[in-house]
Amino acid sequence: MPITHEYQSASPVKAPVEHRFSPYTDNGGTALAVAGEDFCVVAGDTRQSEGYHINSRYQPKVFQLSNGSVLATGGMYADAVTLVKRLEQRLEWYYHQHEKKMSVDALAQMLSVILYHKRFFPYYVWNTLGGIDGNGKGCVFSYDPVGNYEKHHWNCTGSAGHLIQPFLDNQIGFKHMQGIQRRFLTPEEVVRIVKDSFTSATERDIYTGDYVEIFIVTAGGIDVQRVPLKRD
Amino acid sequence: MAMKVELPQKGFNFENFQRNAVLADKGYKAPKVTKTGTTICGCLYKDGLVLGADTRATEGPIVADKNCEKIHYLAPNMYCCGAGTAADCDHTTHLIESKLELHRLQTGRPSRVSTALTMLKQMLFRYQGQIGCALVLGGFDVNGPHLYTIYPHGSTDKLPYVTMGSGSLAAMAVFESRWRKDMEREEAAELVKDAISAGIFNDLGSGSNVDVCIITADGVDYRRGYDKPNQRGVKEQSYKFAKGTTAILTEDIRQFVDVVEGDAMDIS
Repeated sequence: MPITHEYQSASPVKAPVEHRFSPYTDNGGTALAVAGEDFCVVAGDTRQSEGYHINSRYQPKVFQLSNGSVLATGGMYADAVTLVKRLEQRLEWYYHQHEKKMSVDALAQMLSVILYHKRFFPYYVWNTLGGIDGNGKGCVFSYDPVGNYEKHHWNCTGSAGHLIQPFLDNQIGFKHMQGIQRRFLTPEEVVRIVKDSFTSATERDIYTGDYVEIFIVTAGGIDVQRVPLKRD
Repeated sequence: MAMKVELPQKGFNFENFQRNAVLADKGYKAPKVTKTGTTICGCLYKDGLVLGADTRATEGPIVADKNCEKIHYLAPNMYCCGAGTAADCDHTTHLIESKLELHRLQTGRPSRVSTALTMLKQMLFRYQGQIGCALVLGGFDVNGPHLYTIYPHGSTDKLPYVTMGSGSLAAMAVFESRWRKDMEREEAAELVKDAISAGIFNDLGSGSNVDVCIITADGVDYRRGYDKPNQRGVKEQSYKFAKGTTAILTEDIRQFVDVVEGDAMDIS
């Protein structure tokens, strides 16, 4: 926006030319997570873009953390990498200090604190954390860049978040339907819905595409699937 | 003698400009227009020329149309690819199409590409870039094949191979490495297809299918959907809802038992 206020005058003395630098960029992409009864599915596409340009067709923004949880990031990739690095270090310190892995609930709280520590120069990242909680139940937490967070059963963020979220509300949460038997879905059912979410979002969102990487978190470990998406 | 009736001024009406600037200052958003983040191109070959375009139209980050037509008809021997504001491209080409038709009826001769070029550039220059269309104009007339680009401010180029739109750099890279003088017809069509495909896959504003239009002295071969490299895969499952899933607020079943004819309608 042009700056037009009292500094402007008819005098020949010009104000100094101001060059602006923005430390932030949006690298696009979409991520989602669904909590099941005793499992959790976290997924994200692997396209990294800037404006109309594709930086990379395979640059995963969903990260497996050493405590067995999975963190999906969106927004600025450089900030996401830095944030994950810090989280991993804190997880390691915790492990050596307490001789046990950090619980997902504790990590959720810690992530919020780390984000809020940078309240006035935030990490430009929208996080979605998925895992198995202390009671063996699937859980999902989602965050804004300054650390406001909430526990969900399912959540979708990123450039196609507004396209997928209502679909998940309907298919995972059985919302807006009458005479329907509500139930927990199996991991296979959730993965099918996740695949269709991403292939459909790819049709209409220019920032989503190339591949979707799906992490299925169970008590037995983490299974990863990579599915190709359209590349246009 | 002064005119009794004031004739409307030619061109756009700018009388709401100041009002709109005030509204924008107060935070009212101006309506958003559909931009065809686009790859369009054309190249000359031995017997004529080939035009090409992708088929994606966008509204910001959202794909508005997955299979739109960007190669517009101007005359039986002339077509024009449009990039930029979709409405401007549609209306500008439509207007010139009409003017060329009238010009042909007046002169009794086939249209010349330079006529269309002059009409387009003079119109775009008059509007000082406010009509946001970037065009690739191609046609075959009495002087042979012609290929031009026209920028929104009214400047033009005449070149053997041209590209326009957000994918123009990707497409030009293909032309720069592979275009040769006097190529064969199908060879040229394939080159244009590859240039547009480069835009489709490497530029986020371009996507879906490739349209190609081959213009020669013998006529036009418009190949809509010449290549479809982005067909949607099969979905994992069906999302059909069972009957009665949608909630109904009120239900009213009309009983057509007593049908009574009313009086005839008063049409006096």
